[in-house]
Amino acid sequence: MWFEDLLIQIKSVLVLNAPEGLRPILSAMLSATPILSAFGGLFAAVTLLERKMLGRIQNRYGPNRVGPFGIFQPVADGIKMLTKEDIVPKTADHSIHFLAPLLLLLTAMLGLSVIPYGEKLVAIRFEAGIVFFFAVGGAAELAVFMAGWASRNKYALLGSLRAIAQMVSYEIPLILSSVCVLMAAGTLSLDEVAKSQSGSMLSWYIMTPWGLMGCVLFLIATLAEVNRSPFDIPEAESELIAGHMTEYSGFKYAVFFLAEFVAMFAMCALTATLFLGGYHPPLPILAFIPGPFWLFAKLMVLVLLFIWIRGTMPRLRADQLMEFAWKFMLPMAVINLISTGCWIALGRGSLGWGLSALINLAAYGALSRWLSSRPNQQKRTYRFAEGPMHAA
Amino acid sequence: MTTVFCITALTTLASAVAAMSLRNLVHCVLCLTVSFIGMAMVYLQLSSQFVGFAQVMVYVGAVAILMIFALLMTRGGQELFMREWRPMHWLVGGLVSLALLAVLVGSILQSPVIQNTGPVDKVERVKDLGQSLVYEYLLPLEALALLLTVALIGAALIALPPKQYPIKPQPRENS
Amino acid sequence: MIGKGILKGMMETARNLTGSFHDPERLTTVSYPEEKIPAKENARNFPFLVYDGDDWESGLRCVSCQICEKECPPQCIYIEKDTQKKADFLGKLQFQPKVFDIDVSVCMGCQICVEVCPFESIRMDRDFEYAKSDRFEGLLLHKEQLAKSNKYYHQIHPTEATETDAIREGKRQDHLAKERAKAEKLAQAKEAASKSQSKEPNKE
Repeated sequence: MWFEDLLIQIKSVLVLNAPEGLRPILSAMLSATPILSAFGGLFAAVTLLERKMLGRIQNRYGPNRVGPFGIFQPVADGIKMLTKEDIVPKTADHSIHFLAPLLLLLTAMLGLSVIPYGEKLVAIRFEAGIVFFFAVGGAAELAVFMAGWASRNKYALLGSLRAIAQMVSYEIPLILSSVCVLMAAGTLSLDEVAKSQSGSMLSWYIMTPWGLMGCVLFLIATLAEVNRSPFDIPEAESELIAGHMTEYSGFKYAVFFLAEFVAMFAMCALTATLFLGGYHPPLPILAFIPGPFWLFAKLMVLVLLFIWIRGTMPRLRADQLMEFAWKFMLPMAVINLISTGCWIALGRGSLGWGLSALINLAAYGALSRWLSSRPNQQKRTYRFAEGPMHAA
Repeated sequence: MTTVFCITALTTLASAVAAMSLRNLVHCVLCLTVSFIGMAMVYLQLSSQFVGFAQVMVYVGAVAILMIFALLMTRGGQELFMREWRPMHWLVGGLVSLALLAVLVGSILQSPVIQNTGPVDKVERVKDLGQSLVYEYLLPLEALALLLTVALIGAALIALPPKQYPIKPQPRENS
Repeated sequence: MIGKGILKGMMETARNLTGSFHDPERLTTVSYPEEKIPAKENARNFPFLVYDGDDWESGLRCVSCQICEKECPPQCIYIEKDTQKKADFLGKLQFQPKVFDIDVSVCMGCQICVEVCPFESIRMDRDFEYAKSDRFEGLLLHKEQLAKSNKYYHQIHPTEATETDAIREGKRQDHLAKERAKAEKLAQAKEAASKSQSKEPNKE
C-alpha cells in the first residue's frame, strides 16, 4: 500500500503544481510513462533472457560477449537496428507500409493501459476494461494485414493472411475462456476481477477446476494470438522468410518485434489478472511487498513458460493449427463455461468444485479420445519418402 | 466536448467519403475501418463504453477482416470502378440513398429519445444492458442466436469436401 | 490423452535447461577465441607451399610447372616463372616461381592442386582465421605468406606428411640409384674405351 500511495502522492504533487490547462495532459502522460518505460525495459531484458534460455536448452552458452555475461547484448542489438538502412520497396504502398508497424505497436501498448498494477494503480479505469483489451487486440490483425499487403511481396501477403486466419480462429477460444472468469467475478472491469481474488492463493481462480482449464486454454490461445512458437506459422522462417515483416528493415523491423513482445506481456498480464490473482500476493503475510511487484513476478513466470515452450515444441502445420482451434479449444471452452455455471449455481463450495472437475475431466477425456482416433492423427506415410516408390 | 466531437465527426465523414471515392479497394476498406473507429468514438462520447468497444471489436476486428478476405479472394484488390458516366446508376443510387435518409431521419424524429435534450445523467452500465437483453429482449436474442447458428452450420456444410477419400500411397506402374 | 507428449517433451527440455549449470560436460560449444577445439587431422581449407630446411626461398619445393594453375577450377592461382634457376633436393637445376599468388577469397578448398602437383610442393593448410579489413589485397596471399616449412606440415597433418616424405625419399633413392647406374655405366664405358684404346688405338 505504501508504494502505491507514494506514487499517487508524487503524481498529485506534480499535477497540482502545473498550470491549469496542462493538468489533464500531464496527468495522462504521468500515467503512461511508467508503463511504457517499464515494459520497454522488460522487452530488452526478455530478448536477452530468451536467447540465454534457448541456448541453455540446446546446451549452449547463449550470448555472452557484450559486457559481463552478455547483459549489454540488447544495447548492441538496439544500436545495430537503429543504424541499419531503412529500405522501402519501390512498389510498396508507402503510407500504409509506414503506418503498419506504428498501428501494431499502438494496439499492443493500448492493451497495457487497462491492466490493474495495484489496487489504486490503473491507467484507465474502464467499466468494460476487458472488452477494450480484446477490441484493441482485434485491431492488431488489421495492422498485420496492412504490413503484409503494403509490402507487395508474395511471402509477406501469404504470411499476413495466415496470421489473420490464425488470430481470428484463436480469438474465439481466447475470449470464451476468459468469459468464465467474468461470470464468476460478475463484472467486465479488470480491477474488479482482481479485487474479487483477494486473500490467499486459494482464492485465485486458477485454484478451481474451471479456472485451471480456462487458464490453460487462455495461455494456448495467447501463444497463437501473439504468433509465438509453436504457433509461429505466420512468420515461419523456413517457408515464408519472415512473413509480414519480410520487407521491413532497420528500426521498423525492431518496432515489429517490440510490438510482438509487448503484446505478449499484455496478454501475460491479463492472464495473471484473470486467473492468478493479479497484484495480490500468494499469502496475506507477504502484503508488505507492493502489488506491482507481484503482478510483474507472475508475468515473468508466464513469460518464462512461453520461452520454455518455444524451446520445446516444433512448429505446427496450418491444418493442425486450425483443427486444434476448432475441434479442441472451442468445444473445451464452451464446456468450461457450463462447468463454471455449475460451480456458481452450486454455491461456489466443494460440491460445485467436484462437479466442475468431473465435467471438465470427462469432456477432456472424451475430446482427446475422439481427436486421437481421427484419421489425420494417425501416423502419416509420406509417399515420396517412405512409400512403395521409395522401396522400389 | 464539442471540439472533440467535431474532430471525430469530421474524421468519420472524411474517411467515409474516402472509402467511397478511392481507387484502390484495399484503401477503401482501410478508410472504412477508420470511419468505424470514429463511430466507436462517438459511442464513447455518449458514455456507453460497452457499445463503443463492441463496435471496435466487431467492426474493426471482424467485419473489416472479412471484407479484406472477400476482396483478396475474389479480384485481387485491383481497380474495379467503372470509369464512364452512367446517369441511370446515379439516379437510382441517389433515390435509394434519399429514401434511406428519409426513413432514418423520420424514425429518429419520432423516437422519444429526441425529446430528452438535457445532459445524460445516467451512465449506462453493462449489467443493465445484459439484463435488458436477457429479460426484456430475450426472444429477439434467441432468434438472432438461432440465425447465427444456422449460418455457421451452413458455412461448415459448404466448406465440407463432397466426399472424403482416405489418402493412399499410389503405387507407380513403371517402378 | 492430448498433452501427455507435450509434458514429456517439456520435462526433457527442462533437464537440458538446468543440466549444463551443474554439469559443464553437457555444453557442446566452447568460447571460441579464448578456447579452441583442437583441429581434426583431416581438417583442411586453403593450400600452402611446402619448403625444406630453414630458408623458405631456397628450400621452396615449387618448380613453377604451372600445372596447378591450369587445373584450379575457380582459377585462383597465379604463377609467374623466374628466369633464374635453382637446384632442387636432387641437385637438379629447376625453375622457381617469381610470383605465386593464391586468392583465398576465390579458393574453394577442393584440393585438386594438391592431387596434381608432381613435386609434392603444394599441400592443404588448416588455418582458417583469415579475417582481414581489406578483402581484396588482404585475402590475396603471396609467395612469402604461402611458404610454410615441412616441420609445420608434419605438425598439422602428420600421417600425410610422413607419406609425402616417404615418396620423396623414394624419389631420391631412385635418383641416387640412377646416378649410380649412370656413373657405373660411365665408368664401364670409360673402362671399355680405355681397353679398346689400348687394343685398337686407331679406331677413333
